[in-house]
Amino acid sequence: MGGHWISLHFLTFVTLTSLLASGAKGEIPPRPINTAGPPITQNNGPQSFPEQTKTNLPLFTVDYSRIQIPFEITLWVLLASFAKIGFHVYNKITIWVPESCLLIGVGLIVGSIMHAVHEEPPAVLSSNVFFLYMLPPIVLDSGYFMPTRAFFENIGTVLWFAVVGTLWNSIGIGISLFTICQIEAFGVQDINLQENLLFAAIISAVDPVAVLTVFEDVNVNEQLYIVVFGECLFNDAVTVVLYNLFNHVAELPVVDAPDVFLGVARFFVVGLGGVLFGFLFGVVASFTTRFTGKVGEIEPLFIFMYSYLAYLVAEMFGISSITAIVTCALTMKYYVEENVSQRSCTTIRHVIKMMGSVSETLIFFFLGVVTITTEHEWNWGYISFTLLFAVVWRGLGVLVLTQIINPFRTIPFNLKDQFGLAYGGLRGAISFALVFTLPDNIGRKKLFITATIVIIIFTVFIQGISIRPLIELMNVRKTNRNLDTINVEVHSRTMEHTIAGIEDLCGQWSHHYWKDKFIKFNNSFIRKILIRDNRAESSIVALYKKLELQNAMEILDSVSADISNTPLDELLPDKKPSSNPKKKFLATDLRNMHDILSKNMYKIRQRTVAYTNKYAMPNDTRSKEILIRRHASIRRSLRPGSFQNQDVARSHKYLSLPAGQNLESQFPPKRMSHVGDGDTMSEMGYPAVRARFGRAQRPSSSSGMPLHMLDTVREAPSSVSLVDEQQPLRDSHSHRAPHLPGTRAPIPRTRNGSSGDNGDTARGPREEEEEEEEQQPLSPPPVWAPARQGEGRAQAPLLRPQWKPRPQPKP
Amino acid sequence: MGGFHSVPEDQRYRELADKTGFSLEQIGCLHNRFKQLSHNEDTLRRDDFSKIPDLACNPIQAEIIEAFFDKRNFQSHGVGTVEEIGFEEFLTIMAYFRPPSLNMSEEQREELRRIKLRFLFNMHDTDNDGTITLEEYRHVVEELLSRSGALGRETAKGIADAAMLEVASISMGHMEPDEFYEGITFEQFLKILKGIEIESRMHIRFLNVDTTVLCK
Repeated sequence: MGGHWISLHFLTFVTLTSLLASGAKGEIPPRPINTAGPPITQNNGPQSFPEQTKTNLPLFTVDYSRIQIPFEITLWVLLASFAKIGFHVYNKITIWVPESCLLIGVGLIVGSIMHAVHEEPPAVLSSNVFFLYMLPPIVLDSGYFMPTRAFFENIGTVLWFAVVGTLWNSIGIGISLFTICQIEAFGVQDINLQENLLFAAIISAVDPVAVLTVFEDVNVNEQLYIVVFGECLFNDAVTVVLYNLFNHVAELPVVDAPDVFLGVARFFVVGLGGVLFGFLFGVVASFTTRFTGKVGEIEPLFIFMYSYLAYLVAEMFGISSITAIVTCALTMKYYVEENVSQRSCTTIRHVIKMMGSVSETLIFFFLGVVTITTEHEWNWGYISFTLLFAVVWRGLGVLVLTQIINPFRTIPFNLKDQFGLAYGGLRGAISFALVFTLPDNIGRKKLFITATIVIIIFTVFIQGISIRPLIELMNVRKTNRNLDTINVEVHSRTMEHTIAGIEDLCGQWSHHYWKDKFIKFNNSFIRKILIRDNRAESSIVALYKKLELQNAMEILDSVSADISNTPLDELLPDKKPSSNPKKKFLATDLRNMHDILSKNMYKIRQRTVAYTNKYAMPNDTRSKEILIRRHASIRRSLRPGSFQNQDVARSHKYLSLPAGQNLESQFPPKRMSHVGDGDTMSEMGYPAVRARFGRAQRPSSSSGMPLHMLDTVREAPSSVSLVDEQQPLRDSHSHRAPHLPGTRAPIPRTRNGSSGDNGDTARGPREEEEEEEEQQPLSPPPVWAPARQGEGRAQAPLLRPQWKPRPQPKP
Repeated sequence: MGGFHSVPEDQRYRELADKTGFSLEQIGCLHNRFKQLSHNEDTLRRDDFSKIPDLACNPIQAEIIEAFFDKRNFQSHGVGTVEEIGFEEFLTIMAYFRPPSLNMSEEQREELRRIKLRFLFNMHDTDNDGTITLEEYRHVVEELLSRSGALGRETAKGIADAAMLEVASISMGHMEPDEFYEGITFEQFLKILKGIEIESRMHIRFLNVDTTVLCK
């Protein structure tokens, strides 16, 4: 127990597990009230080491007790994280067995080891720790990454299931269990109704993390997904309210009518109060980020602090802190993400994901450990009936609640959906934490803990593992979520406008109507107040700009990398830079860079999409076909040598990717076709990308490399492509005759007005766009002007993507 | 159209219900709305539509209104436009926006999808030549962006062009150097929107309650 002994152990022990075991030895005896406080003072372990060396300055001291608690926590987190890494090494495991199962499994193993060496688990999971430190990240994670659009489209159903469903379960299970308790044979008559209700409230908290992962993998339909997601989010709130309520009631000797009435009233105060506080803090947070432009480093902090503040203040007033933090996240998300810089945005997302993930991992992990190491009170009757009721009431609840809600839904839930809903009712971290933090004056706390653990393990292992095959077998309605083409965006948008228009026409209002109104209101008022750059943008433009910007960044990136790393003459058109071995090294570097870039870009999302995996960052790289087109043009100018490549035709899928070979080697197709596993945002109507990003990038472009460099680059194609493109151009002219003029002609350049001569006609639209972008904030230096006149044939003429450049330029 | 009032409304409604699939209550509501829009006339004209205040903010207002007067949408082989429509036509257009019913076979679903997409396609294909040409596409995008402030036609053009290229690459695969992409045909239109569940998303909840009093 002494620091010295521990230190020796510490030095000799190699494995993490044994380290943990030894660390746990120095555990503070019963359980600290607040483990986050400095532990030294409370520690009553002998600290003989300093006394012994009083006379001499110690050469080597170890003061383990001082660092014990943070040290142990760190080790636990590390161990849990290692476990997660381990699961993903064998990808196949996580497909068939949900991660939560594996975590519990590892927890069980660690627990057995600790049990074998008679260790106590670290007592970090006290009520305070759970509610103040572990729960907020989990909830913030869910709230922040909630697919907003889908949520609001199904808000009625979601709330119906979350609130009424949870109430239904709690009361149903509670009363049924109370009835069971009356049977003498089970020997649990001492559990009264209040305690049964409390227990029922605890095990009604559905935590379908594992199910969501499965749903996501099999692309289950949007409605089902969002209902399960929303249910898991809001029933946390309901459960915690109920928990506090019943916890309070359970302590009362007698419950009379006013108590019940007050309880019901309090329920609403708690819920709506949470919404109000969350909204308030969300607005303040959004407003704050308006002014954080200059302090980019601490920008993300505001988000966390405001969310946490919302949580704490709500907690202080005894209203639903979960609702508060979720509403806060929902409110501020769009405004904040528009205000903060790209980096901050990425940071915010990563940190939220990380903290949520760590919290949850730890809870599952502890669940495994606690299962082994706590004393259990096993009561066959009570536990098996709990299990039975949990399953039956869940099934019944879904059945009844869908019957009620279906007439109000445009797309009703069919039986398969209902099965998915009912079967997806896994219990998880919240239930466990709640039961574990029950006050000690509940007589049968141990029984409750045992029963909860049984239910969690049953649902997580049996239902969690079998739900995927079942869903696939039953062929539940699917949704395709990987649609990122501009066409889809345009047409969906048209469709939405049409629907809104028709609704106006026939005087029927539904969410389209309200959405329309809200967007109008949002654009005209809210955005003006909360957003720094308050230009309203259509989401198509946002999408487009985003693609543009992303492309521009990549180009800048590669160009500057090339320029800074290669001698100037390599950039000249008549060289073949790709033959340089140095390039190869660069290419991998670049690829990494671009991977990072494409992941970190703030991306817009279409509505069809976008769910977040609890355990994974929403990492959406989108289809970049069009981009690649433009990319190619720049790239080609960098590497004119590759132009003469024979493999050009191979790349015809990518439209005008004539620089196929080179581009492909630099940016392997993998990256282009990479489909993100989903983002939570579906931000129709929430304009997303602003010129701000462009601005942020631009200084680097102008400072990072001289403009004339770029100029060289842009000029380059003229030498090669003039010849190359003459042929297709001629073709197009001759071929165009029978067609309607205008409609199919390559776009005439209007931007340069009269200066746009014949050569300019062949320029692709992308090129124009790029210029436009560059012109907006940074007026082009005069150096660029002459270059523009002659160049510009590098681009494929529109709608003739399959033209082939000639293998060799004609002399 | 004409003579609407000569037949007892009930029977008339029933016929329409069979034809369009609306319930009698829904037809009643829509009829009230129709009369409100047409100022108790038997027919609606374009003017009546453009006076609807809510619709005035819609960026594609013109397209929507035009769809109501497009013969293709209420006759199987109709071409061209009409000047005024009766209640039956009005209802036929509305029927495009009925939600799918719960128990639908896969074929019915597919058929419904085709019908709905055809409606959208016709909105784009203004000259009825069976393709959405670049010009038409650009027009649509421009309209879509027309309420978004000073974004300019250039952006719209760029987007339309990019989208068009996208379709070309998806649907045409390999093209000969002298080939020319004509425009999006309906089949290609179906193809590019393959993933979206139009059948379940393009719908309106037609209420059984009369809301006309609330409308301006």
